[in-house]
Amino acid sequence: MSAAAIVMMIIALLAVWGGLGLALLNLKWHPEAIDDEEADVVAQGGESVPPLR
Amino acid sequence: MSTSGKLRHPLLNVSARPQREMWSGRKVFILAAIGSAVGLGNIWRFPYVAYENGGGAFMIPYLIALLTAGIPLLFLDYAVGHRFRGSPPLALRRLHPKAEAIGWWQVGICFVIAVYYAVIIAWAGMYVIFSFTTAWGDDAAGFFTGEFLQVSDQVNVGFDFVPSVLIPLILVWGVVITILALGVQKGIARTAVVFIPLLLIMFIILVVQALFLEGAWTGLDALFTPDWTRLGDSSIWVAAYGQIFFSLSVGFGIMITYSSYLRRKTDLTGSGFVVGFANSGFEILAGIGVFAALGFMAAASGVGVDEVAVSGIGLAFIAFPTIIAQAPAGVLLGVLFFGSLVFAGLTSLISIVEVIIAAVQDKSSWSRARSTLVVGIPLALISILLFPTTTGLNLLDVTDAFVNSFGIVAVALVAVVAMSAGFSALPRLREHVNATSSIRLGRSWQIFIGGVTPVVLGYILIDTLTTRISEGYGGLPGWFVGIFGWGMVIALVLIAYLLSKIPWSHRSAIHDENIHGPILDAELDANIATTDKTTGDRAVLPGTAASASVPGDGERRSQ
Repeated sequence: MSAAAIVMMIIALLAVWGGLGLALLNLKWHPEAIDDEEADVVAQGGESVPPLR
Repeated sequence: MSTSGKLRHPLLNVSARPQREMWSGRKVFILAAIGSAVGLGNIWRFPYVAYENGGGAFMIPYLIALLTAGIPLLFLDYAVGHRFRGSPPLALRRLHPKAEAIGWWQVGICFVIAVYYAVIIAWAGMYVIFSFTTAWGDDAAGFFTGEFLQVSDQVNVGFDFVPSVLIPLILVWGVVITILALGVQKGIARTAVVFIPLLLIMFIILVVQALFLEGAWTGLDALFTPDWTRLGDSSIWVAAYGQIFFSLSVGFGIMITYSSYLRRKTDLTGSGFVVGFANSGFEILAGIGVFAALGFMAAASGVGVDEVAVSGIGLAFIAFPTIIAQAPAGVLLGVLFFGSLVFAGLTSLISIVEVIIAAVQDKSSWSRARSTLVVGIPLALISILLFPTTTGLNLLDVTDAFVNSFGIVAVALVAVVAMSAGFSALPRLREHVNATSSIRLGRSWQIFIGGVTPVVLGYILIDTLTTRISEGYGGLPGWFVGIFGWGMVIALVLIAYLLSKIPWSHRSAIHDENIHGPILDAELDANIATTDKTTGDRAVLPGTAASASVPGDGERRSQ
């Protein structure tokens, strides 16, 4: 395998998998928010439930 | 928007219509979205496209296309689905009444893709079994078209069924309909939570095994050696944008549907970056695995990699079986490769069929189970009737080529032009994304969607159109291509228009004035009021929460 091919393979892997790593870190730094009404729906396993209002 | 009196105020909504289903969290949404994006094309299309278009140099236009078209389009779909809480027809109708037909066009495209996509999964399932005995022997090509598919010499539509395709196809539809009948969380989400990690583990083992084959590094050398002179060639930029576009499942309704099941305060851009990079990460991994294996095939045959490099069905069902027959521990390689195709294909097929089910459910207000059966059974019957036959291969080939080139590309082009120039919806959608997301979108996003994407999609569409008109398709008879190629794509547009004219059920979600609920709407509007510095045209957003639930909101915006 040529040096140019090795360098391009490493760049491609670093760019894409590195981007994925950063995106996952960003999600970890921003935990999701849930409001009470949605928590009720999720408690039903995400199924359709009659309106709570 | 007209509503019945009892639905007029959200807090007094006493309708018995069920609430919209919801993902249990963003983790399962991300896994389901990755499952949709990672499909057969990641495994059998990307490696060859990269190899044919400059090798290592292709990675530069590829990454630029990912950041300037793929991920921005993903955000657009997320914004539409999350803001307007519906399948494509409902979400786009809420965006603008005239946009509903675009949504049905996307649903029609999903219908056509689903009927043939299931067949390829059935083939892959059979090849998992064939791998144990290398049933194709020394002639993988002859086995595939002869003994296995029993391809007829006649180009027509026949009903001479091939049991070895028919039976696994029935099983595929049984699995897909069962999963979808279970619903968003219990069916789609739980499948993604199991299948996606399993797919990743299987593919990593496959790649490691392929890297230890003789000649593997020669294959990788062919894939990654950069041909910098190609960067000046417009065709590799078009190929890069095309690969990103087809790979990410954007533009034909899947991501609109999936994001409609998200919670109100979901980080759309944070989730989108994970999905976009995970999809590309899998493609690069697939490129390494496939070209390592092709390097072995070339070494074993004493030829160059250029002589064995293929894509699509030829790669999966002819080249790979040849490799499996020659490689040490070939059975393991075969089970991992075809098993990966099955898992990647199933999660994608589920997302495609879900678009149709969600659209029918939204319009009719039927239950989940009823909508699944009303959609799933006819879909399965058409698929089972037309494709597991001795004439099914040509039909699949034409349908796939035309629905991709003139279905997905055309509807995505129309949608982005309509949303950017027609309805001027991009500023509002950007505000919506920014109100709930960790990574804020700037004006560059609007430029990518309203400028870069239409130019690229328009070029791809016109280029393919002129080629097909002048050269036909694959040497197939004109009447066959006319009916199942051109006729099919034109029919999709006409049917979409007619479906948009059917009245919505009086119990359907279109009559909801409040989409997100008063709490988030107030927050969104406050956020928009403080961050919005744009004064240009706005989209017509009839009956949306933002326009209906907050008193005095309309006046405030117009100031």
